[in-house]
Amino acid sequence: MAPPAPFRERQELMDADRLSRTLSRMAHEILERHPDIRGTVLVGVRTRGVPLARRLAARMKEASGFEPPVGALDITLYRDDLTTVGPQPVLKGTDIPTSIDGRTVVLVDDVLFTGRTVRAALDELIDFGRPARIELAVLVDRGHRELPIHADYAGRTLTTTREETVQVRLKEEDGDDRVLLLERTPGPAPRTRAAAPGKARSPARARKRTPPRARRPRR
Amino acid sequence: MTAPAYPHRHLLGIEPLEASHITAVLDTAEALREVLDRPIKKVPALRGKTVVNLFYEASTRTRASFEIAEKVLSADSLSIATSTSSVQKGETLLDTAKNLEAMNPDMIVLRHSASGAAHFLARHCRSAIVNAGDGAHEHPTQALLDALTLRQRKGRLEGLRVAIVGDVLHSRVARSNVWLLTKMGARVILCAPPTLMPPGIETLAPTTYRIDEAVEGADAIMMLRIQQERMTGGYFPTLREYHARFGLTEERVRLAKKDVLILHPGPMNRGVEIASEVADGPYSVILDQVTNGVAVRMAVLYLLLGGAEAA
Repeated sequence: MAPPAPFRERQELMDADRLSRTLSRMAHEILERHPDIRGTVLVGVRTRGVPLARRLAARMKEASGFEPPVGALDITLYRDDLTTVGPQPVLKGTDIPTSIDGRTVVLVDDVLFTGRTVRAALDELIDFGRPARIELAVLVDRGHRELPIHADYAGRTLTTTREETVQVRLKEEDGDDRVLLLERTPGPAPRTRAAAPGKARSPARARKRTPPRARRPRR
Repeated sequence: MTAPAYPHRHLLGIEPLEASHITAVLDTAEALREVLDRPIKKVPALRGKTVVNLFYEASTRTRASFEIAEKVLSADSLSIATSTSSVQKGETLLDTAKNLEAMNPDMIVLRHSASGAAHFLARHCRSAIVNAGDGAHEHPTQALLDALTLRQRKGRLEGLRVAIVGDVLHSRVARSNVWLLTKMGARVILCAPPTLMPPGIETLAPTTYRIDEAVEGADAIMMLRIQQERMTGGYFPTLREYHARFGLTEERVRLAKKDVLILHPGPMNRGVEIASEVADGPYSVILDQVTNGVAVRMAVLYLLLGGAEAA
């Protein structure tokens, strides 16, 4: 997917190699916390959370011999802005292949931003059963939370401004593996902050990166 | 912003839709079907939306499936059957609709015995209007659920040979299906006794008076109900004779392709247009149609009421 027209590339945050090593590290972190991996289910948030969850599962299999089941969550029907986003978003469907009762569910998404996508995903997951616990793994945590939500596993944590956006490109969806920091071009079409829950549509500008999983003081 | 997949404010009929709009409804229905198999069959998508089901004609399937679809998507709904409403006191359709609109619903689902009733409301009301059957004109959600059933079983609509057999004259289901299937590239053949074949229909699809010719080599057979409540004259001598000449029997099913599908919009007149052993037989997908009816109506509700106000 091409970046939205009013944005231009500012910086490459990860190339294919770096993205691959980041995912390996995250897979090992999940295994470290859950040695009994058989009670774990990975659930990707559509669109890009699903291929990320599949890749994590494959790496967990390499390291442990067991591949955890992977599900897909389409949170559209649970969005808090469904009636204001513009035309109806296209539904791609939810697919949870196994019971989640009593298991550990690791939600997987590409970018953690306002936290609204995760809120919707939590509501939807709980309609499928009662997991023992739910954790959150994201490739990039870019800050600006609007809800009390944090990532248990983050590939990279960085401070951004709202003038910027983080774009995760994956082979399965976009043809190549890259993570980009985009910034809004001063153009004729200024947009008010899109209310998409979650991620990348909103503008922001990066200052510096903080080490992965570092806690930033808020407010 | 890309163009919406379904760019209309109402669903009045299949005739004004393009193939891509039909595909959008079917794909959305496919994605929503899964919700019906969940332990908690409810999603919050249409919270705070109000839907009025206004039914001027008897209905079991259509009304029940609209109501279930509304509840699964968390819309608030109320159903008005005209037999117990002020329509009995002589209120006109427009007055009833205007009064209901004063209570601010977001959508009116209308079934009415007059062709064009839904179009009439769409011109005079602010709400989104869904046509749940208007006279002998259109029944778009039925055609959509038939298409969904065919697409699930056959994997496609394009190139399918579909026979539509029975009381074509009174059938809104037949009209909606002819439009939908032709737009999607299927080949339709209509079959009815001469008295029940509306003049001019051959401009939409080829016709025949012989059921054997219609079902020969068919991928799917859609049977239509004999609508005795709409019949004002003698269209055929007896129900037995109708069954002998135009009823779908096992022998006739054998003329079709081996993997033929048998559809019927319900309610069935067993032993008239369809033999019981066919209705309950292995080719019958009649109950699949009913399940798909809920999914299709969920898709229509979502496409019309989800998202910001359409253009």
